Amino acid sequence: MTRIITLRVNGKSYENEVSPRLLLVHYLRDVLGLTGTHIACDTSQCGACTVMFNGESVKSCTMLAVQADGGEVKTVEGLATNGKLHPLQQGFWEKHGLQCGFCTPGMLMSSLNLLQRNPDPTPDEIRHALEGNLCRCTGYQNIVAAVQWAAQEMKAKPAAGVAE
Amino acid sequence: MVTTAPLVGQSVKRKEDPRLLTGNGRYLDDIRLPNTHHMAVRRSPYGHANILSIDTEAAANLPGVVGVFTAEDLKDSVKPLPCGMPAGGVENHLPPHRVLAQDRVRYVGDAVAFVVANDPYIAHDAMELIDVQYQELPAVVDAARAVEPGAPQLHDEAPGNICMHWTAGNKDDTDAAFANAEVVVKHHIYNQRLIPNPLETRGTLANYDAGTEETTLWVTSQLPHVHKILLSAFVLDIPEHKLRLIAPEIGGAFGSKIFLYADMALTAWASKHLGVPVKFVETRMENYVATQHGRDQTQDIELAARRDGTMLGLRVKSLANLGAYPSTIAPGVVTALFGRMVSGAYRIPAIWVEVDGVYTNTAMVDAYRGAGRPEATYLVERMVDLLADELAMDPVDVRRKNFIPPDAFPYTPPDLGMLPYDSGNYAVTLDRALNHVNYSALRAQQEEGRKAGRLMGIGISSYVEVCGLAPSSWIQKQGWGGPMYESAEIRVLPTGKISAVTGSLSHGQGHETTFAQIVADEFGVGMGDVEIKYGDTAGAPFGMGTYGSRSLAVGGTALQKSAQKIKEKILAIGANLLEVAPEDVEFDHGSVSVKGAPGSSKTLAEIAFAAWLNTGVPAGMEAGLEATTYYDPPSCTFPFGTHICVVDVDPDTGHVDIIRYVAVDDVGPVVNPMIVDGQLEGGIAQGIGQALFEGAVYDKFGYLLTGSMIDYAVPRASYLPNFELDRTVTPSPISAFGSKGVGEAGTIASTPAVANAVVDALSHLGIRDLQMPITPQRVWHALQQPK
Ligand code: FES
Ligand code: FES
Repeated sequence: MTRIITLRVNGKSYENEVSPRLLLVHYLRDVLGLTGTHIACDTSQCGACTVMFNGESVKSCTMLAVQADGGEVKTVEGLATNGKLHPLQQGFWEKHGLQCGFCTPGMLMSSLNLLQRNPDPTPDEIRHALEGNLCRCTGYQNIVAAVQWAAQEMKAKPAAGVAE
Repeated sequence: MVTTAPLVGQSVKRKEDPRLLTGNGRYLDDIRLPNTHHMAVRRSPYGHANILSIDTEAAANLPGVVGVFTAEDLKDSVKPLPCGMPAGGVENHLPPHRVLAQDRVRYVGDAVAFVVANDPYIAHDAMELIDVQYQELPAVVDAARAVEPGAPQLHDEAPGNICMHWTAGNKDDTDAAFANAEVVVKHHIYNQRLIPNPLETRGTLANYDAGTEETTLWVTSQLPHVHKILLSAFVLDIPEHKLRLIAPEIGGAFGSKIFLYADMALTAWASKHLGVPVKFVETRMENYVATQHGRDQTQDIELAARRDGTMLGLRVKSLANLGAYPSTIAPGVVTALFGRMVSGAYRIPAIWVEVDGVYTNTAMVDAYRGAGRPEATYLVERMVDLLADELAMDPVDVRRKNFIPPDAFPYTPPDLGMLPYDSGNYAVTLDRALNHVNYSALRAQQEEGRKAGRLMGIGISSYVEVCGLAPSSWIQKQGWGGPMYESAEIRVLPTGKISAVTGSLSHGQGHETTFAQIVADEFGVGMGDVEIKYGDTAGAPFGMGTYGSRSLAVGGTALQKSAQKIKEKILAIGANLLEVAPEDVEFDHGSVSVKGAPGSSKTLAEIAFAAWLNTGVPAGMEAGLEATTYYDPPSCTFPFGTHICVVDVDPDTGHVDIIRYVAVDDVGPVVNPMIVDGQLEGGIAQGIGQALFEGAVYDKFGYLLTGSMIDYAVPRASYLPNFELDRTVTPSPISAFGSKGVGEAGTIASTPAVANAVVDALSHLGIRDLQMPITPQRVWHALQQPK
């Protein structure tokens, strides 16, 4: 038994027939081919699969594709606009906020969610907001610096960080 | 002529980042081949059991399933996974590690059967339909129990569950030192088992091409060339020239992707057998039970000294838990990289080390970030503090008194079989770190605070480690059956762009950037003109991969040597084109010019074009502009440093709060400071993880209690402090740039710094030691004990 779902991902509309048990993360990766969203656990601990759903960050391994029916999803592939990196992407690059890069898409999406709620977070607030995202490589220090860099950039040039 | 500042030494932003930041990294699970099928592995739920029967019928009947296989199906075509590094110089008992268990399973996670289906969900459904009947056997998970008489026996080939008994040092001298000692400090340490936890789990994608009869394996591998040769020569029925391995983008590894795993062989076999691409990607829970773990050493240590703090002798006896089977390099790691480093940064005249490798009903244990050196460093750094405590001396003074002095290098620890420590100035890093924290003021604060019930502790760790793992001749004596050089092939293309292939392999370290900095400087071109490649065995020189903090010291030197070979040819061709003698030209900033007449010059592109078109190559010289080097260094490198951790312990809850963390490291001159700092920060975080949070726990039946990320505490952002980094620079005489290596330093140094700090916070209450991970519960219990 399959279901038809209709949703928008990174601004594009999709209609697909999916199995009701298909996880949103597998839909994004295997049906749409958007492999930037990663899977690093099976217990909702790591945050590597984080995407924006209707404007808020969710762990896409913890949601079924059918639950996303009618919604709006944004993945790491939709973060840059017209080939220009989002300030968060730029910040991670400037501050060496990634090593192997596997946690990075999830970190970016969770950070985006944080900056939408709190445009000027302290290092402690950043560490707290990223509790749900594991990184084994960086020790988090440069991730904190990257998010701060992006926050400054977005304050200076407000248009740069608008998430449409 | 434009002058460009050298790129080496600068924090150049990473070339690999734009793709990783936009979702364009291609990790194993991101690779899509048409008609890819998926493998799911049925694993043992028992720590130790006989297999009575396996019924695959229901699984095979599920629509979408194309095959279900057991050991019986593979017995003629897939051989056991070899151990490539038994302990050197002693007898090793190496029972076969079969890719699918035959008759008996020996740990939870042992592979019993596998399914291939056209969809990953169906493969998992089918896997669960395989009906395996077991007869449970008594299990043993603890190394100390495994060697007791009457313990359950894992292998007929390894009586007493012993893989090997290995020693290093001089027993008689050590006995004499203890006989003459004024003070002896004894200690027991369990250096707990850890789960490596790269964010990307492991996997393999196999594709057999019936037309070319070639099998291609995409593998999450730190060393694809070595995996290829091991698989072809020992495991699979595929000749070496028909096997190609590709390591795609790797999402972290920390050692766990060094080893040979069953899925590599199973997918290769199944793809050929079934005629479809076969992919296997571990779930995280599978990664926890079936990918190699780290550490797990049970140690008894004795340190002999004079009352003035001078160390006289060290005795170490360690039981290394190897898990159920011998892993790829495990017996070699727990001996050579541990036992030969136990004296750390200190001049200890007599040392005796014994290591027993022990099989238990647990996941295999092998190299994990630091590999042997964290276990050595932790024990010696704890012993220094215990000695200081015993003698009521400042731990700083005990370290200073026993440091190998700067004029003693190259220094070889007596009779330990280690290569000479190349260079060092240990007291300088200690002094700098003490300055950073303002040590005497801190001690005064501590004293003051104690009166008010504040539990503040200061922990010091002065480490030295062996890096740049090589040379072949030494490592082969330690048991490794292969070479330990590194290769570099540089080709200056006809248009002057440069392609360089390294035998080492980035899995987060940023080789594409640091190695491009090196090559660009050598040729006087920009970063953008250099492409660094690695990870594909096709057409590439044999390479050893990345581990043991060896990429820059060994692989970087190889690159520099290839560049130098090419530059000689550039000069010869340039001179020929300029119609002058080679002695009369110089190569600088990407062009060859006549000495004293810079206007008369040829660019690198012009020379490369002439080299490849064979227009202007001197008579007797071959066309082309490329060179390959296999660099086998004369010795290893030895980075060092001092880390200081300051903690506050909550007297009511036992919670440990790291309030300062200062690291002063000396890894020699650095190519990219930003990347070096990143390696240190990540390494320190992992070492803190061991000290305070992480630990794999089995119950007595061999069931992994910490079987998911819910139960195993990988440090999160909020658990960790900001690290304050500084460095000194003592060049190594061994490597091209004097660089020593940095990949493991942070992990090696930080664990004892943190443990020493927590014990120091409680020492005035009579607490001498705490077992890792030092959880609030353990601290709280220690605080409740009557002193
Ligand atoms: S994959 Fe780990 S939280 Fe989703
Ligand atoms: S960069 Fe590797 S896990 Fe975060």
